[in-house]
Amino acid sequence: MSPHPASENSGIWKMIFGRLDWSAIPLHEPILIGTFAMVAIGGIAVLGLVTKYRLWGMLWNDWFTTVDHKRIGIMYMILGLIMFLRGFADAIMMRLQQAMAFNGSEGYLNAHHYDQIFTAHGVIMIFFVAMPMITGIMNYIVPLQIGARDVSFPFLNNFSFWMTTAGAVIVMMSLFVGEFARTGWLAYPPLSGIAYSPGVGVDYYIWGLQIAGIGTLLSGVNLIATIVKMRAPGMNMMKLPVFTWTSLCANVLIVAAFPVLTAVLALLSLDRYVGTAFFTNDMGGNPMMYVNLIWIWGHPEVYILILPLFGVFSEVTSTFSSKRLFGYSSMVYATVVIAILSYLVWLHHFFTMGSGASVNSFFGITTMVISIPTGAKLFNWLFTMYRGRIRFELPMMWTVAFMLTFTVGGMTGVLLAVPPADFVLHNSLFLIAHFHNVIIGGVLFGLFAAINYWWPKAFGYKLDTVWGKRSFWLWVVGFWFAFMPLYILGLMGVTRRMRVFDDPSLQIWFQIAAFGSLMIAAGIACMFVQFGVSIKNRDKLRDTTGDPWDGRTLEWATSSPPPDYNFAFTPVIHDNDAWADMKKRGYQRPLSGYEAIHMPSNTGTGIIIAGLSIAFSVGMIWYMWWLAGLSFVGILAVAIGHTFNYKRDFYIPKDVVERTEGERTALLATQG
Amino acid sequence: MSCHGLPDYASGMTARLPAKTRAILRRFAPLLLLPLGGCDWVVMSPAGDVAMQQRDLIVISTVLMLLIIIPVMAMTVWFAWRYREKAKAEDYDPDWDHSTSLELLIWSAPLLIIIALGAITWTSTHLLDPYRPIERVDHARKIEPAAKRLQVEVVAMDWKWLFIYPELGIATVNELAAPVDQPIEFKITSSTIMNSFFVPAIAGQIYAMPGMQTVLHAVANKPGNYEGFSANYSGAGFSNMRFRFHAMDKGGFDQWVAKVKASGATLDSATYMKLEKPSEKVPPMYFSGVQAKLFHDALNMCVQPGKRCMDDVMMTDMHGGAGKESAHDVQGLRHDGTIDVGGFHPAAPGKKGEIAQPAGMTPAADRTPAAQGKQAPGQQDHDGHAGHKGM
Repeated sequence: MSPHPASENSGIWKMIFGRLDWSAIPLHEPILIGTFAMVAIGGIAVLGLVTKYRLWGMLWNDWFTTVDHKRIGIMYMILGLIMFLRGFADAIMMRLQQAMAFNGSEGYLNAHHYDQIFTAHGVIMIFFVAMPMITGIMNYIVPLQIGARDVSFPFLNNFSFWMTTAGAVIVMMSLFVGEFARTGWLAYPPLSGIAYSPGVGVDYYIWGLQIAGIGTLLSGVNLIATIVKMRAPGMNMMKLPVFTWTSLCANVLIVAAFPVLTAVLALLSLDRYVGTAFFTNDMGGNPMMYVNLIWIWGHPEVYILILPLFGVFSEVTSTFSSKRLFGYSSMVYATVVIAILSYLVWLHHFFTMGSGASVNSFFGITTMVISIPTGAKLFNWLFTMYRGRIRFELPMMWTVAFMLTFTVGGMTGVLLAVPPADFVLHNSLFLIAHFHNVIIGGVLFGLFAAINYWWPKAFGYKLDTVWGKRSFWLWVVGFWFAFMPLYILGLMGVTRRMRVFDDPSLQIWFQIAAFGSLMIAAGIACMFVQFGVSIKNRDKLRDTTGDPWDGRTLEWATSSPPPDYNFAFTPVIHDNDAWADMKKRGYQRPLSGYEAIHMPSNTGTGIIIAGLSIAFSVGMIWYMWWLAGLSFVGILAVAIGHTFNYKRDFYIPKDVVERTEGERTALLATQG
Repeated sequence: MSCHGLPDYASGMTARLPAKTRAILRRFAPLLLLPLGGCDWVVMSPAGDVAMQQRDLIVISTVLMLLIIIPVMAMTVWFAWRYREKAKAEDYDPDWDHSTSLELLIWSAPLLIIIALGAITWTSTHLLDPYRPIERVDHARKIEPAAKRLQVEVVAMDWKWLFIYPELGIATVNELAAPVDQPIEFKITSSTIMNSFFVPAIAGQIYAMPGMQTVLHAVANKPGNYEGFSANYSGAGFSNMRFRFHAMDKGGFDQWVAKVKASGATLDSATYMKLEKPSEKVPPMYFSGVQAKLFHDALNMCVQPGKRCMDDVMMTDMHGGAGKESAHDVQGLRHDGTIDVGGFHPAAPGKKGEIAQPAGMTPAADRTPAAQGKQAPGQQDHDGHAGHKGM
């Protein structure tokens, strides 16, 4: 199927389509054709339904162009969940390949396909699952916890979301047009240089991350400004809820670390596009610089992911133990210390690159030092449970599972920080088991705790516990089945990213791991069933109080879901468990004296610029220079045009506020 | 390496059980015994002293950390049970959130463990530094730091391993051998992509990087045939980038050397260039002779005729050269992309040997040394600074 064999080589074709031609469509990969068919059918069905029920206007006005931090937070979560399915599909494919490829069998994936899969799995899970989901949770909860009506820069928030989504779209495009990088998720040169990766894969990688990185960075700036400037009166820094504290530290890390990623990828693009030699083997370049720079971003990134979830676990433990958090200030100091130390450990990712013994020991010891504040946090959660009344609702179950799982991951992490031990374990499946142990056991379990904890706040009804528990047990047990074998394989000297094996005695372990990943798949399925069942039974699961868990922080003071303006009156804070304190002192909801509320207006600028950024990236990836140039000019024009938009704010009229609050008063009255 | 004793032991244990149970057990016994298969865990039961010390370090560190991990996990389960809502624990205190003595314990217990572990880390990292010549053959036998070590030069190629024995004047591909209890000094580089040289049975890994040299000191204490491979992903053929490491007694090693010498093939730059081209699953190859300074040239990326050696370029740079005078010789400095490593070419599938490059990337024909009708000036510098090899 090559309808234009002659024209492909002609100058005019090249000028218009750059290096894109029919061979970039992977017609020879049945797996991809099948996937494409499914995505196409599913996509057309969704578009058809949206059109049939005339939802386009609603989607555009209420969601795509919204500047409401709550709606943007929900959109981040949806993005993360969709990308999670893609990233997990990659994981299952790897597990099956490795379970099959023994005794001379090549498995079912060739190197070209398999190498893209493990690269995509890492990139997607970190950048387009974990990052959007933590940003989504922070976006939704932080303004509510500090008693604010929105974030500091509402338009920027919408723009950040769409840039992150644009990055995800670029990465997804590579599935069906061209290829993705075959370099591993950090794209070390020289392998990722133009000489050894001449195709479009690395360019998809670079532009996907650059575009999404803009979104991440700006959302970091936005949340820092929000937390620093928009706290309710009385909420000084040491009365900040712990989740907001950890979010603040994570966002400071984002703002300090992501520019390094942007810079190092920009240097790599210069190497690839204009022939500079920053990271080449020759012409004075040095790939070791790339490895250092990417990990100077990469290690703080790990803490960007985990810190907000440490905050979630703190909120959940104290809420469900019906007790104040033990050691609030030591928790805050531990968070800050972790944030600072996370910049002093990057070299532990490459002890084996040949640094001297003193350099290696320095970075090994700084790494171990991080385990001290982390250990202190764990003890603080323990002593929060101590002398408590623990309700084992789903969020608390995830938290206990986290505490048990994460300690093991932390221990193997400290083990890897001992340089001579790392020399035998580096790049092995032991390492893979370790970081999945902390990322799944920490980040993912934390996200599940957060989803189950705050879902009633976002939608006004609790999640179904039966399916939630099924998902929980499948996940937790499946995790150990999937990753315990990898620890063992690592101790057997098996390295990562292998496509075929020749020692048949290893196969049983890969089969156990594959079984574990199938259990996890069932756990994920249960989670989606849980969402579906809960939506269906929402009237039965309804919470009208706005405070279903006997919460302690300010987000539980308002209705579920909160009104557009969050709080009709800005609360005054006297304690770090603000809402628990208000309840204790017999807080009375004000019933009159409402005023019109000043709010930001929706705008389509964010989604338009993000769309143009995708066009720009496609132009850069496929060398369609006219497209890149044109869309770049377009981006500038729209951005400048937006500065002339004076319709940026409006007032929610007094009577609307009165009506909204009146409805809530009536609803609360029915509770008695 | 073998686990033959274990199944017998298991069947002995099940002898007194009813026949049906015994049959079931026999079928599943191998599964039950999986965790006991420690004899196959090369990292935990290596055959060389360096790896053995690294193994000990893993065990010591783990035990040290379990001192705190086990109590924490036990406390988690215990508190979760003891303070569950139904238990209605009588010491429930919703406002209890601080205890100075507990805070001190919380911070100092991990601190103490980390101080101990940090001390172990500092000393062991220095003692087991791969650059440091080993000072013992095993826990009982010491050797002089100045004692002679078997020299092996390693070049990671796409996707195979080249080993040069400079003192013996031989070279092999994908097969490495050394006498038992003979300390070895590996000098390691790569031809194009970053790899990691790893024989888990004898010592930890170290990266193999183009244009750079890393060093690894190791020794094998038990005769055997061990696995070696690249532990850093390096492209399509990475999975098959494996070799065997034979630890032999003195006589066996001499015979092996004689076998290699009998091959009659010579590794010169032309053979090297052919070898350097990407290939997978390469069977072991022997070379009875090696061109002088071949490893130096591989390290300095100048085996290919017309390429200038990196150390020469650096020397020229240090002497203030490499400015306008050598601007015409860019081609001599280019190494990347001169061989095709099997890249995917969306523009022309199946068209190997040509790399799709953006406009402006391909050096203009008039800039290549051949087109200029004269010898690459690099050659001249090479001779001019022959006495100053710094690398």
